Amino acid sequence: MSDLKLTGVAKSYGPVDVLKDINLDIEQGELIVFVGPSGCGKSTLLRMIAGLENITGGTLEIEGQVMNDVPPAQRGIAMVFQSYALYPHMTVRENMAFALKIAKMPATDVDAAVKRAARILQLEPFLDRLPKALSGGQRQRVAIGRAIVRDPKVYLFDEPLSNLDAALRVATRIEIARLKEAMPDSTMIYVTHDQVEAMTLASRIVVLANKGIAQVGTPLDLYETPDNEFVAQFIGSPSMNLLPGKITKTGEMTTVELASGGIAVSAIPTEDSDLGRQVAIGVRPEDFFITSEAAVLTGKVDFTEALGEVTLLYFEKTQDSEAAIAKLPGVQRNLRGQVVSVGAVPEKVHLFHNGVSMRK
Amino acid sequence: MTPALQGLLTIAIGVSGCVGYFYLSNLFLDKVLFPPRGPNAGQNINRANLIRPWLFLFPALAALGLYLAYPVVETLRLSLTERVPGSGYRWVGLDNYTQMAAEPKFWEAMRNNMFWLIVVPAMSTAFGLLVAQLTDRIRWGNFAKSLIFMPMAISFVGASVIWKLVYDARPTEQDQIGILNALYIFFGGTEPNTWLTIPFWNSFFLMVVLIWIQTGFAMVILSAALRGIPEETIEAAILDGANPFQIFFRIKVPQIKTTILVVWTTITITVLKVFDIVFAMTNGQWETQVLANYMYDKLFRANDWGVGSASAMVIMLLVTPILVWNVRNARKEME
Repeated sequence: MSDLKLTGVAKSYGPVDVLKDINLDIEQGELIVFVGPSGCGKSTLLRMIAGLENITGGTLEIEGQVMNDVPPAQRGIAMVFQSYALYPHMTVRENMAFALKIAKMPATDVDAAVKRAARILQLEPFLDRLPKALSGGQRQRVAIGRAIVRDPKVYLFDEPLSNLDAALRVATRIEIARLKEAMPDSTMIYVTHDQVEAMTLASRIVVLANKGIAQVGTPLDLYETPDNEFVAQFIGSPSMNLLPGKITKTGEMTTVELASGGIAVSAIPTEDSDLGRQVAIGVRPEDFFITSEAAVLTGKVDFTEALGEVTLLYFEKTQDSEAAIAKLPGVQRNLRGQVVSVGAVPEKVHLFHNGVSMRK
Repeated sequence: MTPALQGLLTIAIGVSGCVGYFYLSNLFLDKVLFPPRGPNAGQNINRANLIRPWLFLFPALAALGLYLAYPVVETLRLSLTERVPGSGYRWVGLDNYTQMAAEPKFWEAMRNNMFWLIVVPAMSTAFGLLVAQLTDRIRWGNFAKSLIFMPMAISFVGASVIWKLVYDARPTEQDQIGILNALYIFFGGTEPNTWLTIPFWNSFFLMVVLIWIQTGFAMVILSAALRGIPEETIEAAILDGANPFQIFFRIKVPQIKTTILVVWTTITITVLKVFDIVFAMTNGQWETQVLANYMYDKLFRANDWGVGSASAMVIMLLVTPILVWNVRNARKEME
C-alpha cells in the first residue's frame, strides 16, 4: 500500500520555481532519504509534506487522503528539526508531552507514552532536566522522542545530524537505523546533504537536482547504475570520473576511443546507429586499477593522498590526458610524478550521452 | 557672542577637555610615574596597568559621587534634622518621619503610588506585548509600531497637556472639545464630566497617560525579544498541534519571560518616580497625590526640608529593591 504519494507537486515563490513536477510514491515502512546539493529544495519539499510550506501545485496524499490543505498537526506526521527545536523552557518530559497535552490526551496516557519513548531512547534519567542541561546528542534524542510519542504515520527528519560532531553523528546514525528497525511499520523521510547518511540509512534514495527528481532508487542502484551524470557524480566519493570520447565499436560491448587517447570497453550494449556518437564514459575512482595493457587513462600523477586503507592518485590534466582520480587499495608508494596507466573492467564502465545514461 | 556660538564653544571645550584628560593622564602614567624602563620595567608596566582603569574611571566616579552619592547622604541627613529659623539645623531624629506618617495626605500618596505600581507596569507590558505580537506579521506593522512608539518621544508634561485636552470639560451648552466628554455626550450622557476631579477614578485617568507613553517602550523591547525566538520552536509547536493562542502563551511568552520581567521592573521604577504627570494635570488635588509630588509639595512649596527629605528617602527605599532586582534580571538575560 502506498503510504505517501506526491503527484506533480510544485513549489514556486512568485515567478521563481523552486520545485517542479515531483512524482513520488512512498510505501509504508520505507526510509526515504532526500539528498541533493544545497539549494536544491530538499528541505522545502520536506516542509511541504509537513505543512510548514504550502504546496503551490500538485497533490500530496497520505494514506490515500489529499493533505494539501490539512493543518500540519492533522496530517499524521512528526518532524525532527536540524536545530532540535526543543522548547527551552520545558523539561524533557514536558517537551515530549506537549503535543499530547495539546491534543487533550488523558494524563495517564501521556505519562505512559512519554515513559515508553524515554525508554526506547534511553532518556529516562534526564526526564526532569531542561534542554540546556543536555548534550547535543541527548537533545537530538529528545527531539526524536517528541516525534515518537505522537505515534505518527510518517516521520520527517530535516538534517537531524548536521549539528552533531563527527563521532556522535556516526553513533546517532546507527541509533536512527536501530530505531527504524524497531518500528518497521513507520514511514520515514530523511533529508540530508551527507551521502554517507543517505547510503547507510535509506531503503530508497531520492536525488533532487534542477528543481526535480534526478533519480530514485536503492542506494546500490544509484551507485551501480546511475541514470545520469549528475547522480553518477553526486553519489560516491571522490566523484565518478567522466571522460569524453567517441564510440568506435557497437554491439554487446561498446568500445569508446577517448579524447585523451585511451580506449575504454563498456559492458553496456549499443546499436549500430550509435557508432561515432560523442559520449562520456564514467569510471569510479575505486574501479580503476593499474595496468600495463590497453589503458583507459595514461597520465602523470600530479599528487597522491595516502589514507592507509586506500591511496588516491590525482592525474594531471594535459593535452592528451584528462584530470582524473584513481583510488587504489592499500598503500602505494612512489607514484607521485610517475606516468601511470589505469584500466577498468567493462562492467564498471558507464556510458553517458548528453548527460543521460545509455543503459537501457 | 551669540548663544549658538557659545554652545559650540562649550562643546568644543568640554570634549577637548575630556580627550585631554585621558590622553595627558595616560601619558603621565606611562612616561613619568611608571615608565617601562630601567631596572623595574616589568613591575612598572604591571603597576601602570593596575592604576589605569581607576585613572580613566575617575571623572565618572567623581561626577557620580558628587551628583548621586553625596545627595543621597545629604538627603538622609536633612531628613533627620529640622531647620531652626534664622540659623542652622537641629537634630530631631525620626521626628520628620513620625510627622509624615501622621499626615493623611502621605498615606493617600502611598496608596495611590501602590495603585500606579500595580496598574501601569501591568497594562503597559500587556499592551506592549500585544502590540508587538500583532504588528509582527502585518505589512504596515512597522508603521503602526512607530505611531505607538511616538509618545515615548514626548515629555511627560507634553503628554499631560495632550491628555488634559482629552479630559477637557466645557459647559453643557457649548461643544465639547475633550474627546472623552464628546463621546460621553454622543452616547447619551447629559452632563459633561470633569473627569480629573472624580476621586479614585481620576488616578486611573492619570495612569492612562503613563500607560500611553510606556506601551511604546515595552513594545520595542518585547518586539525584539519575540523576533529572537527561534522560528523552529514555533514550527515545532505548529506541528504539535498548538493553536495561535497556545503558541503565544505556552511557547513564545515563556521564552521571553526574563525580558518581560525586565520591562516590567523598568516601568515600575519609572512609575515610582512619577511626578510630572500628576504635577501638570491635578497637582495632587482630588485625592490624586503621589509620593514624588508630595515630596515636591513639602520641599519647595511648604519649604519643609525635613519632611520633604524624609519622603524622598521613602521613595528611594521603595525603588532600591526593584532596581537591584531589575539589574539582576537584565544580567541574567544577557547570559
